[in-house]
Amino acid sequence: MDPTDIARWQFAITTVYHFLFVPITIGLSAIIAGYEISWLRTKNPEWLRLTKFFGKLFLINFAIGVVTGIVQEFQFGMNWSDYSRFVGDIFGAPLAVEGLLAFFLESTFLGLWIFGWDRLTPKLHAACIVLVHVGTLFSAYFILAANSWMQHPVGYGYNPDTGRAEMNDFVAVLLNKVQLVTFPHVVLSAYMTGAAFVVGVAFWQMVRKARVEDRSMYRKAVRSGAAVLLAAGIGVAITGDLQGKIMTEVQPMKMASAEALYDTESPAEFSWFTIGTPDGSTEKFAIKTPHLLSFLATGTWDGKVEGINQLREQYQETYGQDPGAKYYSPGDYTPVIPLTYWTFRWMIGLGLLGAGIAAWILLATRKGRTPTGRLLLWSAMALPLLPLFANSMGWIFTEVGRQPWAVFGLMTTAQAVSPGVSAGEVLTSLIVLTAVYGVLAFIEVRLILTYIRRGADPLPEPTDTADPGDRPLAFAY
Amino acid sequence: MELTTIWFTLIAVLWIGYFTLEGFDFGVGMLLPFLAKDDTERRVMINTIGPVWDGNEVWLLVAGGATFAAFPEWYATLFSGFYLPLLLILVALIVRGVAFEYRAKRDDDQWRGRWDAAIVVGSFLPALLWGVAFANILHGVPIDADKEYAGGFFNLLNPYALLGGVTTLLLFLAHGALFVSLKTDGAIRHRARARAVPLLVAAAAAGVAFLAWTQADTGTATSAVAFVLAALALVGALFSARAGREGRAFAGTFAGIGIAVAGLFLALFPDVMPTTLAGGVDLTTTNAASTAYTLKLMTVFAVVFTPLVLAYQGWTYWVFRKRISVDHIPSTTSSAPAPTATTAP
Ligand code: HDD
Ligand code: HEM
Ligand code: HEM
Repeated sequence: MDPTDIARWQFAITTVYHFLFVPITIGLSAIIAGYEISWLRTKNPEWLRLTKFFGKLFLINFAIGVVTGIVQEFQFGMNWSDYSRFVGDIFGAPLAVEGLLAFFLESTFLGLWIFGWDRLTPKLHAACIVLVHVGTLFSAYFILAANSWMQHPVGYGYNPDTGRAEMNDFVAVLLNKVQLVTFPHVVLSAYMTGAAFVVGVAFWQMVRKARVEDRSMYRKAVRSGAAVLLAAGIGVAITGDLQGKIMTEVQPMKMASAEALYDTESPAEFSWFTIGTPDGSTEKFAIKTPHLLSFLATGTWDGKVEGINQLREQYQETYGQDPGAKYYSPGDYTPVIPLTYWTFRWMIGLGLLGAGIAAWILLATRKGRTPTGRLLLWSAMALPLLPLFANSMGWIFTEVGRQPWAVFGLMTTAQAVSPGVSAGEVLTSLIVLTAVYGVLAFIEVRLILTYIRRGADPLPEPTDTADPGDRPLAFAY
Repeated sequence: MELTTIWFTLIAVLWIGYFTLEGFDFGVGMLLPFLAKDDTERRVMINTIGPVWDGNEVWLLVAGGATFAAFPEWYATLFSGFYLPLLLILVALIVRGVAFEYRAKRDDDQWRGRWDAAIVVGSFLPALLWGVAFANILHGVPIDADKEYAGGFFNLLNPYALLGGVTTLLLFLAHGALFVSLKTDGAIRHRARARAVPLLVAAAAAGVAFLAWTQADTGTATSAVAFVLAALALVGALFSARAGREGRAFAGTFAGIGIAVAGLFLALFPDVMPTTLAGGVDLTTTNAASTAYTLKLMTVFAVVFTPLVLAYQGWTYWVFRKRISVDHIPSTTSSAPAPTATTAP
C-alpha cells in the first residue's frame, strides 16, 4: 500500500479519536467551573457535590485527551515531514505557543485543582479550574489558527530559494478570517458536547427511583446543562452560517462538495437528503428547498453558487492540469463527494437534534416537574453522543473537503508525506496506535459508566485533627 | 547573539527542564515495585508525583513544538528518521499517563497490578530511549543530501547510543529514588535513601563513561567544562546521599543532569544533527532554521511566558511541599467502587 494512504488513515484515526475527548474537556471544564463558583456564591452543598461528581468524570476523560494529544504533537514530523519542512516557519509557531501558553497552564492548574482541595483556599481552588478552562481555550485558539491557515493561507510569502512558505505577518495568521469564524464554531460545539454529557448523566440520575433525595441536585445539573446546550446550539448555527459564506469565498469547491452541486445554479436549492449513484453525480431522489443554498452560501436568496464541474475547470486553470496527487473521487481537485455531502448533513442534523432535545427537556422539567416518559429518558441518554459525533462529522467534512490539498492552493496531501518513512513503518504505527486506542476506549467507557452509575458521593464528615497536614489527602491517586 | 543561537539555547533549556523534571518521575515510576512493599506504599510513591507529572511532561511537548517552529528541518528529519523508537516512546507515555489516572479508580488487585506494570514499563522505555536518541543525535546519523534520514532502525542501536541509554536510565533511577526519599516519610523514605546510594554509584560511573566518550567524539572546550561540573555534582550527590542529606543529594542529581544536558548541547553546537554519510549534509542551526521573522516573534513569546510558567510551576511544588506517608493515603473504598459494581455493562 502507498505510505500516503496509510499516513492519511493514521492521521484521521488519531485526530478524530483525540477530538472525541477534546470537546468534552473544553465544555465540561467550563461547566464544572460554573458549579464550583455557584457553590462559592450560594454555599449550597449540592453545587459542591456536582463539582466533585463531574470533576471525577472529567478526569477520566482528560487522561485520554492528554495522552492522545502527545501523539498529535509528534506525528507531523513522523508522517508528514515534507509538510513540516514546508510550513514549519508558520505552522510551528502557533503549535509552540500553544504548548507554552496553554498546555502548561492546563496541566499545572489541573494538578493543583485535583490535589489541592485541602491545600488551597476555596477561592484559589475555584480559580484553578477557571484557569484550566482558559488553558483549553488558548489551546483551541492556537491549534485552530494553525488549521485555519491550512484552509486559507495568509500572512506568508513563498520563498523559491528555500522552497518554503515563510511567515511575514503573525497577526494576520492569528486573525485569519477563517479562524475568526472557526474558533467560535468549534468552541461552542464543544460547549454543546460538554453540556450534553452533563444533561445525559444527570437526567438518568434524576429519574432513578433509588435517589429521590438527590433529585433537586440533579435537576440543577439537568436544567443548567440543557440551557447551556440550547444556547450554544443557537450560537453554533449562527457561526456555522457565517462559516459557510467564508468557505464559499475561500474554498468554493468545498461548498460545492458539501452540496454535491455539480453544475452552477442561481438561485441554488439546498438538498436535505439525496439518494443517487455512489459518486453522487446522478441523483435519483432528493428533498430540496429552493433558494436556501443561495442564502447559506452568499447571504442573498438569489446568489449564484458555482458547481463542481465549473470549479474544476477554474482550478485547473489556476493550479495546473495535474495537481500531482491521486484522489478518491473521479476528477481533479474534487474531494470525495458522498463523504463531504453526508458528513455535512450529519453534523448539522445530529447537532440540531441535540439542541432540540435540550429544549424539550427544559420544557418537561419546568416548575419542578420530573418527567417520566420513556421516550424522553431514552433521548436524554442518547444525548451525549449527538453533539459528540456532530463534532467528528464536522472535522471529517472540513478536512476531507480540503482535499487534495494539505495546504490549500500550496501543497497537496501527497506532497506532504514523509519521503523517508517506509509503508511498513507507517503501517506498524497505524496498527499499534489503533490497537492501543481501541483498548483505552473500552476501558474508559466502562470506567465512566461505573462512575456515572455511582452518582455523586455524599460530602465527607468534617474532620477535626488540629494540623491539616496530618489528615489523609483530600484526593489521592 | 544570533537568533539561531538563541533558539538553540532555548531548546537546550527546554530539554534541560524536561530531563531534570520528568527524569525523577520516570525514576519514581520505575522504582515502584522496588521501593514499595504493598499497595498503600505504592500509592504513597505515585502521589508524590501525582500533581506534577503532567506539567513535567509538557516540557517535552514544548521542546517538540519549539523545534518545529525554530528548526523545522531538524524536527522533520529527527522525528521521521527516529520513527520506531519514537513510536515506542509515545506508546509508553500513553499507557503511563493513563495508568496514573486510572489505577486507583477500581478496588481490584488485578486491575491495579496491570496499571502498575504499565507505569513501570511506561517509565522504563522512555528513560532508556531518550538516552539512545540523544547519543545518536550527538554522534550523527546517516542523513542524505535531501536532509532525509537514510539509515534504518538498527543503525540507532550502536554501543555508544546504548551507553547513552543506560546512562539516562540509571540517572533517572537515582534521581527518582532521591525524590522519593525527599517527599515521603516512614519506612519507604529509609528504603529509598538506602537504594539511592548504589544507584548513584552506578549512574555516576555510566555518566562519566558516557560523557568522556562524548567528549572524545564531539567535545569542545566548553562541553568539557560542563561535563566536569556535571560529574562533580553527581559525586557531590553521592556523598550527600550517604550522609543522609536528601535535599542536597537531590539538588546534586538535579544539577548533574541539567549540566550534563547543557554539555551535550554545547558539544553539538553549531550542528543540530550531523551526518555520517560522505555525500550528506549536516543539519546546523543555520540550514535547519526558520526565518528571522519567526525566530524574533517566538523569542518575544519565550521571554515573556517562560518566567511565568516557571513561577507557577514552582508554586505548585511549594503548595505540595509536605512529605507524604502511608497515614495520608485515604482508604480506597471511599474513592473507588468495588469491582462488583463494574460487571454489568
Ligand atoms: C477531529 C478531527 C480533525 C482535527 C481536529 C484536525 N483534522 Fe486534519 N484531518 C482530519 C481531521 C481533523 C481527517 C478527517 O481525519 C483527515 C481528512 C482526511 C483524512 O484522511 O484525515 C485530516 C487530514 C489532515 C492531513 C493530511 C492527511 C489527509 O488529508 O489525508 C493533515 C496534514 C491535517 N489534516 C492536518 C491537520 C492539522 C494541522 C490540524 C490542526 C491544526 C488538523 N488537521 C485538525
Ligand atoms: C492536529 C492538531 C492537534 C495537535 C498537534 C494537538 C496537540 C495536543 C497535545 C500535545 C495535547 C496534550 C497536552 C497536555 O498534555 O495537556 C493536546 C490536548 C488538547 N488539545 Fe489538541 N491537538 C490538535 C488538535 C486539537 C484541536 C483542533 C483542538 C481544539 C479545538 C484541540 C484542543 C485540545 C485540548 C482542549 C487539549 C487538552 C485537554 C484534553 O486533551 O482533553 N486539539 N493536544
Ligand atoms: C446549523 C448548523 C451548522 C452549520 C450551518 C454548520 C456549518 C459548518 C461549516 C460551513 C463548517 C466548515 C467550515 C470550513 O471548513 O471552512 C463547519 C465545520 C465544523 N462544524 Fe459545523 N455547522 C453547524 C452545526 C454544527 C454542530 C451542531 C456541531 C457540533 C456539535 C458542529 C461542529 C463542527 C466542527 C467540529 C467543524 C470543524 C471545524 C471548523 O472548521 O469549524 N457544527 N460547520
